[in-house]
Amino acid sequence: MRIFDPHIHMTSRTTDDYEAMYAAGVRAVVEPAFWLGQPRTSPESFYDYFDGLLGWEPYRAAQFGIQHFCTIALNPKEANDPRCLPVLDELDRYLAKDRVVAVGEIGYDSMTPEEDEALARQLQLAIEHELPALVHTPHRDKAAGTRRTLDVVRESGIAPELVVLDHLNELTVGMVLDSGCWAGFSIYPKTKMSEDRMVEILKEHGTERVLVNSAADWGRSDPLKTRKTADAMLAAGFGDDAVDEVLWRNPVAFYGQSGRLELEEPKPDEEATFRGNSIRRGGA
Amino acid sequence: MAVTTASPSAPPDPHPALISVLDDTARTWLDESAAKVAADPAAVRRLFPAVRRRCGHARLDAYWTVDEAARAVLLTALPLRGQALADDVTRLHRHGDPAEQRAVLRTLPLLDLGDLALPLVRETLRGNDTTLIEAALGPYAAAHLPDAEYRQAVLKCVFCEIPLDRVTGLDTRADRELARMLADFAHERLAAGRDVPQDILPVVRAFPDVIGAELKHALTDRLTDILKEES
Repeated sequence: MRIFDPHIHMTSRTTDDYEAMYAAGVRAVVEPAFWLGQPRTSPESFYDYFDGLLGWEPYRAAQFGIQHFCTIALNPKEANDPRCLPVLDELDRYLAKDRVVAVGEIGYDSMTPEEDEALARQLQLAIEHELPALVHTPHRDKAAGTRRTLDVVRESGIAPELVVLDHLNELTVGMVLDSGCWAGFSIYPKTKMSEDRMVEILKEHGTERVLVNSAADWGRSDPLKTRKTADAMLAAGFGDDAVDEVLWRNPVAFYGQSGRLELEEPKPDEEATFRGNSIRRGGA
Repeated sequence: MAVTTASPSAPPDPHPALISVLDDTARTWLDESAAKVAADPAAVRRLFPAVRRRCGHARLDAYWTVDEAARAVLLTALPLRGQALADDVTRLHRHGDPAEQRAVLRTLPLLDLGDLALPLVRETLRGNDTTLIEAALGPYAAAHLPDAEYRQAVLKCVFCEIPLDRVTGLDTRADRELARMLADFAHERLAAGRDVPQDILPVVRAFPDVIGAELKHALTDRLTDILKEES
């Protein structure tokens, strides 16, 4: 079984996770730029983070046989801090880079005017850079937030097939699929969505334009939820082809729209370094 | 004091060689991109990072890879001078991945920057990426790096096993103090029963008075061994 996790924050995960993910069948991941659990207070810490998403993390993933791509953006939460806003002026430099396959995570957190501005501006950047957009839907007031997000997406003029709305549930999936956008689901141990509920959604809405991710990060989460969802699909009677469609071909099709998703299985190399630094311990 | 003066040779002009290897699509993209940068320097922010996937990254000649040369074309198209040019080049380096940073460092001798880009060379020399260190120690560093820093840079190359023939300006900038430092390094290595890299010997021998009796003896033994191996 081959698995592509279209949304996972590997910067927060350990090398044990990489090993377990590879053993479970994960061969490619996309890491969206997000917040760190505590707020950043200056643009410079974003740049170091973006550099890590494009440098150290793909190197680390490759040592475990996993291909790593990323999405770049000012996230919704931090769009509310005026100290962080200058990041928007430098995004051009990062959105042009080879391993960047979408603009994201963008979207709403508290639905403030500042978030409106950042969302609209970054959807324009996606259009200008000919990139897909990964749009997060809010945890609070989700249905209203999703409706409002779909309105902003429509007003922006971006093609709906270039947009995924993520963290959906039973109440928001219908309107997103009807809009022509992709529907993303984050499978979490307790909140958001479980693998069994996910299987029910797939039964009802089908497997087309659906992305399933673990969204694993620094919080309670599980980087193997993609594999567990695949197993739940098989147990519920879905065939191997449907599993491959949801867990591999769909994310490849979605991010492939960037023209930058160059899938090539990495060969782990004990001697490889990034900028002269390695993940080895002891020794040179 | 450095033995210095002769200005180290500038790198080859990347244009002609590039034209012969780029296909029509890549050549058109590069020409249009250079024109955009010449008209609006801010355009370089989007164009500079995209070069590798637009033009390729094979080796072009002994000095340039294709992406480095194509990026040099964009940098030399910037319609800026002095501090304004240095600021833009510095920001491209700051936000660049290692390939972009190599391109910036390799292009420095083609830009009229005076000493303004020395902070980029110094930052590189503090790091551990040998490909970046090598790119930083080209004609620009040979012409602008102060003596003490140039010597430390050469010694760092010896430690991280960058062959010294890849360091520009050694023939004119090697001085007695550098020879002394390398002789001391050789002495330390021999005392530890370890090998001495051969490429430091010409610098040391050019200043015979830095070689103490003990080292002389060891070096002679070593040389005798080498001659035996070669015969």
